[in-house]
Amino acid sequence: MADVNRGKRPLSPFMLGQYYKFQITSGMSIAHRLSGIFLVFGAILVVWWFSAAAAGPEAFARADGFLTSWFGIIFLLLPSLLAFWYHFLNGIRHLVWDMGKGLDIPTVYKTGYAVMAGTVILSLLTLIIAF
Amino acid sequence: MSQPSGFRTPRQRAQGLGAAKEGVSHWWASRLSSIALVPLGIMFIIPFADALGTSHAEVVELYAQPFHAVVAILFIGVTFLHTQQGLQVVIEDYLHDKTIRTAALLANIGFAWVVGLLGVFAVARIALAG
Ligand code: HEM
Repeated sequence: MADVNRGKRPLSPFMLGQYYKFQITSGMSIAHRLSGIFLVFGAILVVWWFSAAAAGPEAFARADGFLTSWFGIIFLLLPSLLAFWYHFLNGIRHLVWDMGKGLDIPTVYKTGYAVMAGTVILSLLTLIIAF
Repeated sequence: MSQPSGFRTPRQRAQGLGAAKEGVSHWWASRLSSIALVPLGIMFIIPFADALGTSHAEVVELYAQPFHAVVAILFIGVTFLHTQQGLQVVIEDYLHDKTIRTAALLANIGFAWVVGLLGVFAVARIALAG
């Protein structure tokens, strides 16, 4: 049994594309990975911002001015903010699953919608604090 | 891969193989960094969002406070530990060529240390000089 097809099995992500029907559950799982990867760029920008602040007022004005320009807000800060709260809330969902809780289908859907609503609410709250 | 199974137990055949080689300890370490990031994330993101777009003097004043400096240093440090762990799983999932995979795993570790330490150093410099 264990030796069926040994060494010749298809490798990830072969399922994507023609074999697979989109579902919210798998969509949110992929979004967790994508948001994590996007946040790596966000984290690099955070380090850049702190390094500029450490270097002095002129360097800081350049970095902070770029990040809070319209381009920076629309393409860097807003996506990072949404990715952060999504990944944060869905990460907690993952940790609860890891404890073996909330794994039945109705609960998975409920917490999934809660994560989506929470992402929007926490992002708006952060924006209110930021302005 | 297709070594003769002989008298080896199924566990012996599986041990050390699989995409991650030593999955359990990596899994535990990833959970710990994720748990730490829940309180650290909240404590970091709110003052940080507030400080974006303010003056250099205000930023220095904020991160000269020990509480905010320590939170920022811990958040950045744990974030890059967590990023290293997370990207390692992504690399192990998608890069199947042994040479490319090993190179990517090494680059991932180097990247996390360099950028993480740059961030920690920058906050420390603001906190101590500011
Ligand atoms: C703020 C609180 C955070 C929490 C609670 C959290 C939680 C998690 C969890 C539980 C996982 C594993 C998911 C799984 O089991 O498949 C994960 C993966 C990951 N996280 Fe985070 N995370 C946080 C912040 C961050 C940040 C700030 C970054 C990047 C700078 C990041 C990048 C990643 C990456 C790249 C992965 C791997 C994605 C994957 O394997 O699909 N995370 N996170």
